Amino acid sequence: MENLNLFIRSIFVDNMIFAYFLGMCSFIAVSKNVKTAFGLGVAVTFMLVITLPINYLLWTYVLSPGALVWLGPEYAEVDLSFLSLIMFIAVIASMTQLVEMTVEKYSPALYSSLGIFLPLIAVNCAILGGSLFMQQREFSSVFTAISAGAGWGIGWLLAITAIAAIRERLATYSNIPKPLRGVGITFILTALMGIAFMSFLGIKL
Amino acid sequence: MAEKIKNSAVLFNPLSKNNPVIVQVLGICSVLAVTAKLEPAIVMGVSVIAVLAFANVIISLIRNTIPTNIRIIVQLVVVAGLVVIVDQLLKAFAYDASKQLSVFIGLIITNCILMGRLEAFAMANKPWPSFLDGIGNGAGYAIILVIVGFFRELLGSGTLLGYNVIPQCFYDAGYVNNGLMILPPMALIVVACIIWVHRSRNKDLQEEN
Repeated sequence: MENLNLFIRSIFVDNMIFAYFLGMCSFIAVSKNVKTAFGLGVAVTFMLVITLPINYLLWTYVLSPGALVWLGPEYAEVDLSFLSLIMFIAVIASMTQLVEMTVEKYSPALYSSLGIFLPLIAVNCAILGGSLFMQQREFSSVFTAISAGAGWGIGWLLAITAIAAIRERLATYSNIPKPLRGVGITFILTALMGIAFMSFLGIKL
Repeated sequence: MAEKIKNSAVLFNPLSKNNPVIVQVLGICSVLAVTAKLEPAIVMGVSVIAVLAFANVIISLIRNTIPTNIRIIVQLVVVAGLVVIVDQLLKAFAYDASKQLSVFIGLIITNCILMGRLEAFAMANKPWPSFLDGIGNGAGYAIILVIVGFFRELLGSGTLLGYNVIPQCFYDAGYVNNGLMILPPMALIVVACIIWVHRSRNKDLQEEN
């Protein structure tokens, strides 16, 4: 129940794009048409669901202060938390590489539709951001980490698909001042949608 | 070819004509998230300048020995190492600012400006121009950060760097701080306004739709 609540909150209230503005670079660059935007969204969701639990286990059993106590009482003082940034990014970069290779081998069709986006994801702030929020909020179990990852991923997917759908129609239906076309109007659109998403604040299940 | 590009152009182009934030559209995440107040914006800008300049130099020094297949991982490790140093320094000497910036110092690692500059410039140029390129792009980023932070703090809280700048008589006359400016979406609108002004002056940057 608690995890379900977190899942819903992660989609709407703590939305990666509209509440934290993470993953904006690819969000602006790839939201020109719905199909590619959706592909990138699926890839991001997938990576969040995979990397968040791994980083959670890494943080709880290896990196956090006193986590190595399972090796023996003399390790109770060890604090490796300063290594967390490097470890998280290493996990993310290597998982991206691994997933890319697996998908290429077993599902060429999926690979050709996601292909170009997978390497980009290693530097998508939403993925690292997810792990850093996990560390900051002290999640209680690995399932919490999975549901938060899925929620953040789906929220990101929702946001980029919605913006792409609007941008596809902007060109035909609107007369935007010239200097504002392209990037400028996308910023304003995102801002307006962010304000709309604020109405979800305080939702509790 | 690299030698033909003037060092001064490398240093000053990113400030306006080729600004990393409003022209190349890189590193937006942190621009939006840390600019509710001016002070964290300045700290963040300085951190990015430092990390970018040194990452550029290091990558440029080892650029001939990096195997192309794993260059992204090598770049990430170099950047992550530098970011950890900055993070620990901030925790030691500017604890309040580091609390306010929370995860965003860590997110410098995945800041696209870094990857973009490392890929596009440092992998193909000598250390000294790479250093200038790092300073230039970092400064271009910091300028936008400071402009956005300035307007958001001034209009949102009526203060600058924590000091009241709007005189009391304004409030007595009915002036109210615009609370909306503190909220994250307004950062996007401020950046959009900067883009608008910038592109109406530089017509060649305008897009079709």
